[in-house]
Amino acid sequence: MKNAIENIRSLAHKALEQAASPKEIDEIRIRFLGKKGEITAILKQMGSLSAEERPKIGQLANEVRAHIEKEIEGRIATLKKAELDRRLLAEKIDVTLPGSMQPIGHQHPLSQVLGEVQDIFLGMGFSVAEGPEVETDYYNFEALNLPKNHPARDTQDTFYISENILLRTQTSPVQIRVMEKQQPPIRVIAPGRVYRSDAVDATHSPVFHQIEGLVVDKGVTMADLKGTLETFVKQLYGSESVVRFRPHHFPFTEPSAEMDIMCFECHGKGCSLCKKEGWIEILGCGMVHPKVLQNVGLDPEVYSGFAFGIGLERIVMRRYNIKDLRLFYENDIRFLEQF
Amino acid sequence: MLLSMRWLSDYVKIDEPIHDFCEKMTMSGSKVESYSTEGEEISKVVVGRVLSVVKHPNADSLVICQVEVGQEQPVQIVTGATNVVPGALVPVALDGSTLPHGVSIRRGKLRGEVSNGMLCSLSELGVSVHDFPYAIEDGIFLLQEDCEIGQDIRSAIGLNDTVVDFEITSNRPDCLSITGLAREASATFKASLMIPQPLVRSESGRVEDLLNVEVQNTDLCLRYIGRVVKNVKIGPSPRWMRERLRACGVRPINNIVDITNYVMLEYGQPMHAFDYSLVKGGKIVVRNAREGETITTLDGIERRLSPSMLVIADCERPTAVAGVMGGEYSGIMEDTQTIVFESACFDGGSVRLTAKALGMRTESSSRYEKGLDPNTCLPAIQRACELVELLGAGEVVGGMIDSNPAGRAAATLPFTPDWINRFLGIELSEKEMIEILQSIGFSVFEGRITVPTWRADIECGADVAEEIARFYGYNRIPTTSLRGSAQGSLTSEQKFTRRIHQTLLAQGLSEIITYTFISPKNYDKIELPQQSELRRSLVIQNPLGEDTSIMRTTALPSLLDIVARNYNNRNEAALLYEIGTEYTPTREGELPLEHQQITLGGYREGYDFFQLKGVIVTLLEKLNVVGYEFIQKTDHPTFHPGRCAELTVNGESCGIFGEIHPKVAENYGVGTRIYAASIRVEVLYRNHQPLKDCRPLPRFPASMRDLALICEENMPAAELEKAIRSSVGPVLERLRLFDVYQGAQIPSGKKSIAYSLSLRAGDHTLTDEEADAAVKRALKALDKIGVSLRA
Repeated sequence: MKNAIENIRSLAHKALEQAASPKEIDEIRIRFLGKKGEITAILKQMGSLSAEERPKIGQLANEVRAHIEKEIEGRIATLKKAELDRRLLAEKIDVTLPGSMQPIGHQHPLSQVLGEVQDIFLGMGFSVAEGPEVETDYYNFEALNLPKNHPARDTQDTFYISENILLRTQTSPVQIRVMEKQQPPIRVIAPGRVYRSDAVDATHSPVFHQIEGLVVDKGVTMADLKGTLETFVKQLYGSESVVRFRPHHFPFTEPSAEMDIMCFECHGKGCSLCKKEGWIEILGCGMVHPKVLQNVGLDPEVYSGFAFGIGLERIVMRRYNIKDLRLFYENDIRFLEQF
Repeated sequence: MLLSMRWLSDYVKIDEPIHDFCEKMTMSGSKVESYSTEGEEISKVVVGRVLSVVKHPNADSLVICQVEVGQEQPVQIVTGATNVVPGALVPVALDGSTLPHGVSIRRGKLRGEVSNGMLCSLSELGVSVHDFPYAIEDGIFLLQEDCEIGQDIRSAIGLNDTVVDFEITSNRPDCLSITGLAREASATFKASLMIPQPLVRSESGRVEDLLNVEVQNTDLCLRYIGRVVKNVKIGPSPRWMRERLRACGVRPINNIVDITNYVMLEYGQPMHAFDYSLVKGGKIVVRNAREGETITTLDGIERRLSPSMLVIADCERPTAVAGVMGGEYSGIMEDTQTIVFESACFDGGSVRLTAKALGMRTESSSRYEKGLDPNTCLPAIQRACELVELLGAGEVVGGMIDSNPAGRAAATLPFTPDWINRFLGIELSEKEMIEILQSIGFSVFEGRITVPTWRADIECGADVAEEIARFYGYNRIPTTSLRGSAQGSLTSEQKFTRRIHQTLLAQGLSEIITYTFISPKNYDKIELPQQSELRRSLVIQNPLGEDTSIMRTTALPSLLDIVARNYNNRNEAALLYEIGTEYTPTREGELPLEHQQITLGGYREGYDFFQLKGVIVTLLEKLNVVGYEFIQKTDHPTFHPGRCAELTVNGESCGIFGEIHPKVAENYGVGTRIYAASIRVEVLYRNHQPLKDCRPLPRFPASMRDLALICEENMPAAELEKAIRSSVGPVLERLRLFDVYQGAQIPSGKKSIAYSLSLRAGDHTLTDEEADAAVKRALKALDKIGVSLRA
């Protein structure tokens, strides 16, 4: 009987080895382990055994049953794995075929960079101010220390609606509007459209964008101006950026400066990008002119401040190496999709 | 402003490589645009002497010259020029030489004869007959210079100056001069400045016997000095003067005109010379022009003057427009015997307006309009007379007529070194500050600064601080952070606008930015009726062109223009949006209303009204706008009458959207359907809820019920939905339309609409009875508006 049991073990083993489907395995289970299966049949003959042999054979039969069950499990796992492997192999695709894109919107590059600049200044405690694009002569010129007949007015060819109403030539009038409304401390930037009667070409547009900045408080120094703008540039262009400040003239600041950034291409040696100067002009800035403070009723003996103006188009053109300003306003989708 | 470095060295000695000179001048406030060295393109061109000239054996028009060029052997050169004679000194471009405009010369053969270079004309060297009046235009430049055989031509003809181009800002007219830049250079490089007093040595006669000056308007003519020179000999000026004028971009004319230009460049003071014989009555009157008066200016154009303009007149008529341009008939001629030099100071604003009104901005007017110093008039006229003597151009008559009624005294300001240090954020000693100020002509005495009169731009402490800062060095000022804390944040309107951008971008629309001024023709293109309020726009008085002549009252045409451009560029699809400004005029003389408008739309294969509406509904939902409704709109001229909706929010009109009218699409040349919307941001903002409570996830299952309904074909679906929503009540979690059908099995004039209802209670599992009861309520309400269940 012992031999018969051992025989079942090897028969089951052989059968399982050949089984190729879950169905065949099930048949094997029934054949050997089922209620009418071979093990059960053996166990039914136990009565004919001696009391001494009975537990031994019973133990052996149970061992073999457990063994077969385990083998069945193993075989099922193997088959499953083989089945999965087959499927995975069959499902292989050419991953170099193109992806199918979800249509998404593209934000205008001017907007994107403006958002970035805003975030930098928001992080430095600035708020964002707004002002009208159609302005009075007073806010656009007079209050900014550009009285009628000031020669610097000629450099900003102005579109007029009437004698006293014009399209703002700069975002600086927002400085005046902010100072009229709000007492220091003031920390604002004022981005927006400005207008000058320049004919359209690759580097000129009658409409463009500026970002004005204004800080007014007690004890604001030119060193603060430098520190603030340097921080801005390092955040926008990277911490390795090098800047310099160069004397300049604006009627509404004194001292006035232009800020240059060392050419990214040649690092100051001079190349075609920086027109051999080694430096690229980024913005105009200066300490708010005492007359401007007086014009809004602030005492220049008590308060001081600084202001700056950044040309947005210029920054964006430089960043993406855009050679023609007109692309911004033509809005060809093939241009927009690149951003 | 072009600066001749040779000229500069008369006044200040700078020992710096030119690149460093430019760099340092820029950093102290005189911005250098560029610099160049004259003749830098010329190499291996030397002075030669022609030894012999013989006819070319094979060409009638050529000659063969043997030229001595300072080498062991003379060189043979073939030329076609006819003015070459033995003994002449000529510029010889040797084999391997280079000339302006990228020309290079190689030895070669001309009709079989070897030519070892080229003899040069004026223009081949990049100069003209104005620079060398003794030479001829078409022929070899026969040198009449003091030079040696073999000498580099550049030094032989003085074509080796270095010229620096400065960008001078409008507040510094004093730097539009050699002496002004010399002062800046001396302060920048701490080199001593030497500007000698001009000296007139011999004078004969008395000016009062010849000339009388009457200044009638002393407000506009701050100073007028006249001097007379007699026995004038008009001729070319000497080479050194011509060289300097040329380097500074001024064409030499004759000695008297050259002197006036020379002094203008040197002192920044415009000078004028009149022919005395043409000053009727020997009297100069500075007065306002008379009504209807005209003058023919030097450029030969007759100009009508107005009484606001200041003129220089004789006793009869104007001879010059003050500070702008001289009259044609009073100018210097070849036969001029006696001249009057004018050195005057006119009011800047008046000159600017006059020049603008006459449409002629001249070198002189552009200087005057920046505001000149009356005190410069005197040294300038003295310098002119000194030069007359030096050049032997005439005899200076003794004395001068000087009308200087007000006189300009130097202004003084308090000297506040502590304040300057605080303002700039530096720590500079009082002594160092004084040294800087002195180096640019200021003086400091007992706590006050005396500002030189040529620095009218210095008016307050901040101006003084700038002078200190630029010579101390802007880049030596430390960089510090702003003190005090400040909370920077966007306003809720600004955050709202950012959310609009995000929502539209996420739905696949791309942002555009357009010009805000448009052509009035655009209103025709969008088929606005003639009486439409929207046609009343702000008009730009001086537009660049009709295309950009009015401020838009609606941004729709801007979007349609861009859509059309994309369509014409054969882009497959363009779905775009702009958040832009529209301008509504108010009253005359007042600023317009500027409001922000979302304008969106475009085209894409298969795009339809409902996709557009989906974008808008998503936008409204994401912005938490409450109380919005859509109303069928059939009479908007820009939109398809059957495919247009008005968006209202709590009863207020907020926008319009739909398919663009085929006629409008045609007006824009677009051959496909365009969908567009125009939505007022401000109305959305006023009707949005800033925050919404989060709804918990449902804990009980939903029951689904579908309803297929039949109604009149023109009944808006919105009415059915309204009836279902109001009758079913809060258990209606979601109502979704899934089919609209007309055709077989549906009676004509009717349509079938099918909805799927999702019903759910928040506190228990809805029973079938409850769900059926809800559906019954809906059917009852629908029945009241004539809608029945589809059989």
